Parts: sequence; structure tokens; C-alpha cells
Amino acid sequence: MERGESERIEITISSRFENIELVQVIAEHLCENAGVDEDGSHWIGMAVREAVANAIKHGNKLDVRKKVNATFELTGSDLEIVISDEGEGFDPSKVSDPLNPQNLMKTSGRGIFYMKTFMDEVHYSFHPGGGTSLVMTKNLAKGSGIATTKA
Amino acid sequence: MKATTRSADGVEIITLQGKITIGAGDTQLREVITNAVNSGKTNILLDLGEVTTIDSSGIGELVGSYTTVTNRGGKLKLLHLPAKLNELLHVTQLITVFEVYDNEAEAVKSF
Repeated sequence: MERGESERIEITISSRFENIELVQVIAEHLCENAGVDEDGSHWIGMAVREAVANAIKHGNKLDVRKKVNATFELTGSDLEIVISDEGEGFDPSKVSDPLNPQNLMKTSGRGIFYMKTFMDEVHYSFHPGGGTSLVMTKNLAKGSGIATTKA
Repeated sequence: MKATTRSADGVEIITLQGKITIGAGDTQLREVITNAVNSGKTNILLDLGEVTTIDSSGIGELVGSYTTVTNRGGKLKLLHLPAKLNELLHVTQLITVFEVYDNEAEAVKSF
């Protein structure tokens, strides 16, 4: 994509787990088309997967009548992803830290952590009439993926 | 997700193929481990070499499997960890929990 160009993609799905991959694939293709390498695209796709899974499970509580909306907006190398549900929201401050030793062996609670690991910024907005929007941003020019480990 | 099992020197080797993700392989993994443990097979080697996708739910089920087996006096170890799964275990520090092997014979011998 040339400097200054922009691209916007939007998709709305019903709250079924089998729809998660549709949204993930869009994210990965958008990133690959923007020149992000395979690993980088994968990690952004995974952040999207986690966000959509949370919207379906915790936001819409698996109610298939409720929708999850995803928008991807790429402006130059700045990617903004918004995942919105129709749920009642939650208190982000009450989300436990999965790296805390007392939480290490918990079977859940890592989704938001992974999103924050793979994206530059993650924040929520709660709508007065109901519904939560998760906004994630990533500067694709800075390089993607995670670099916390190596064998 | 597809799971196949075989035994070697008293170790139950469970090979997982495909996705371990929310609503797909996560609950299947729980069933496979529960069935093995309930039939007295508590030394389990999970071969993850053919796992194509895993998410936080799948990671959670790996943790739950570890706890289930350990609580029954057994051991659960991992074999052939794909690179991306390895990264996911590292960033959450879960790599410190699991014993991971690249060689099946070595892994079996370690029980």
C-alpha cells in the first residue's frame, strides 16, 4: 500500500464460534497484502481471534441472535481494528494478570493478555445503550509479532 | 481436532492433529485426557507436532490437562511443540510448567 492510501473492511457475524475464523482470515489477509510477513500476520490474526471469541462468549454470551461487528481500517501503515458486541460490558480492571504466579495454572484469562502482547494498543469503550467495542491498533511498519523468546 | 493414542513402555502417547481452539478442539482435548486418566493411564505424552492452530482456550485446556493428570499422581509432558505454540507458552510463562521434548524415545524414557 502506498503512503496515504487507506483501506476499510467491515464484517458482521452472528455469535457462533465457527465464525471466528472468518474474521481472523480477513485480518491475516489484510496484513499480508500490506506487506506484513507470515508470522506477523499470524499474531495479529490471533489477537483478532481472541477478541472475537471474547465478544461471542463473554459479550454476547453465545446468543446467536446477537452480532459481532469487526472493522479493519488500514491507513498507511497504521492498522486499527474494532471488535464490537452487544453485551453488557465488563470491568477491565478486574481482569486478572495471567503472569501472576497464583494465576499461572488457571485454565482461562489469557485472551486479553495475548491481544496486548501482539498489538501496540488495546482499549475498550462501553456504550451507554449496551455493547462493548474493543479497539486494537498496530503500526505495521514497526514490525509485528512477538520477540520475547528464543530457544 | 483428531486424537490418536498408543502406548510405549507404560506411557500413553496421545497425538493431536488440527485445531485446539474455542468450541472446537478444546473440549475434545479435555475428554481425551479425562478418558485416559479414568482408564488408569496417568503417564501421558502429548504429541503436538501436527497441531495447526491453538488459541487461549486451547492453552487453557493444556493447563487443565496438566492439572488433571498431576492431581491423579501422574505426569503429562509435551512432545514436538510447534514454534508458535512454543511462543504462546513462553509469553505466558507456562513453558516453565511443562516438560517439553523433541525426541519421542527420550520423552518416554523420562517418565
